Amino acid sequence: MTGQLVVHQAGPSVSVQDLGRPGNMAFGLSPGGAADRLAHIEGAVLLGQGLDCASLEMAGFGGEFELTADGCIALTGAPMMAKLDGQPLVWNASHSVLAGQRLSIGSVTAGMYGYLHIAGGIDAPVFLGSRAAHLASGIGALLRAGDELPLGAADGSGRAGMKITVADRFSGGVVRVLPSVQTALFPAETLARFEATDFAPTSRRNRQGVQMHFDGAPFAAGAQLTILSENMIAGDIQMTGVGEPFVLLPECQTTGGYPRIATVIPDDLPKVAQASPATPIRFVFVTHEAALKAHRPPERYRLDVRATLQPLIRDPRNIPDLLGYQLISGAITGWE
Amino acid sequence: MADALPNSDPQTGFPMLRNVGFSGVSVCFSDHLTEAANRAALSFRARVDAAGLPGIIETTTSLTSAFVSYDPTVLPQGTLRDTLAALLEGEDWLAADLPENRRLWRIPASFSGVFAPQLEEAAALAGLTPAQAVDSIAGTQVRVMTLGFAPGQPYLGILPQDWDIPRQTGLTKNLPPGAIAVAIRQLVLFTTETPTGWRQVGRCGFRGFRPEAPNPFALRPGDEIRFDPVSEDRMQDILANDRTGNGAASVEDIL
Repeated sequence: MTGQLVVHQAGPSVSVQDLGRPGNMAFGLSPGGAADRLAHIEGAVLLGQGLDCASLEMAGFGGEFELTADGCIALTGAPMMAKLDGQPLVWNASHSVLAGQRLSIGSVTAGMYGYLHIAGGIDAPVFLGSRAAHLASGIGALLRAGDELPLGAADGSGRAGMKITVADRFSGGVVRVLPSVQTALFPAETLARFEATDFAPTSRRNRQGVQMHFDGAPFAAGAQLTILSENMIAGDIQMTGVGEPFVLLPECQTTGGYPRIATVIPDDLPKVAQASPATPIRFVFVTHEAALKAHRPPERYRLDVRATLQPLIRDPRNIPDLLGYQLISGAITGWE
Repeated sequence: MADALPNSDPQTGFPMLRNVGFSGVSVCFSDHLTEAANRAALSFRARVDAAGLPGIIETTTSLTSAFVSYDPTVLPQGTLRDTLAALLEGEDWLAADLPENRRLWRIPASFSGVFAPQLEEAAALAGLTPAQAVDSIAGTQVRVMTLGFAPGQPYLGILPQDWDIPRQTGLTKNLPPGAIAVAIRQLVLFTTETPTGWRQVGRCGFRGFRPEAPNPFALRPGDEIRFDPVSEDRMQDILANDRTGNGAASVEDIL
């Protein structure tokens, strides 16, 4: 019996995610998957399970949840106010949850996307090799109160009481970019100004892309006013000519006709996805060689995070039933 | 980044190799839509697929480009670009044959009454009577030039020159799935309910995206479609009774 995850209340944008379904661009379906892939991997490390175990992505706000069987959870990504039966839970850590306990996940305290992982993963239907909701395409759906999600077999995994240490990616900063398909159409001085400009996400955003605000003249491509639609990928920065650019996220469309000035490297895309409105961002061009050197594929990132794994030492003040614990088990009696 | 290749047209620079971020390369055959450039993109993609290079994640096409998504930790960018340049060399891709494994779909469609709310308007822009407009669309065997905007949604062309009409500036709210809409010498066969600037001239019962089916994408790039005009009543009947998503269409391999 693996139990279910019962959703008593869900924030406005909670969905099942994994690392997405590449291989369908020719049919007009982008790979999708977690907006912050690193957070998905971190949860798999904490629970000692495969990257194919689906997690819950929570944009801005979590919800109220319950497991129908004893289990183990992990919390990663943008930190959120989380409590289990009223007791605060540490973020970037794994925790035991008993059947019937109430898990409350509130607002983000930094960043945009928090992730709830459950040992065994959420066993949503597999479509084209992935359980990830692709909301823009009508694959899967946002969670609602009353949903009951089946869970996969935890097969001995699910280590509670562990924590990881991860680099901050919730406060913007420098984001590395590479040339994209129309970069060469932008005059050199426009590209220089692009790198010297402070950008910040607006509140116009979803899993398809993030609008970026900046002060100054639009970044216009040269000669060509109308550009034939070209294939596009997550990370591409679309310049609309007037108005504000969008950085495309995993659920973006597969083709687009706006000129793209640059593409965010995959390793820095979570930083853009996690930047809340008004968080400052600077784009800087790097070489492909530098991007390759910085690149950590999922398996590599998993190993790096695993190296930081350590027991979560609980603060005794936060343990309500302290006297019920066998604190002296194993101590010597003094009479041996 | 040197885009043009040794055998590129010195005037236009095409075909053009361009990097797209960390893991993409685009091979573009033209900056405007022509039948030949679309054919070149489809053919070249098939050639890249046949080469079976380790490290390629997936390939696709837009109207006039082939696109390669790859893993640079397996396949270095330089190696991929050199390989693509070598594959381009020595062949006039604008004169290439279309790839194999394509199919012809004959799809019943109604171009009248409630199913063609903007036929008169679109026909007028094309300088045709509504009857001529329907004859022109139904008389053109169109190709799936690319799929996009929504999963499984085809852009079909190329229609005769008359149809070089702009999209409307305002959006029509919620065209239904199966709507056939026209602009810029192309038809779109909508797969989901969506607002659009394309003008609806017809309707069919064919669903390009079937999430519940073993093969959810009915059409492949390069497939061809012929719309067979049927009455409004017949289309009502098809819409009411078809459970397959085919909308009473027939399909055959193109040999």
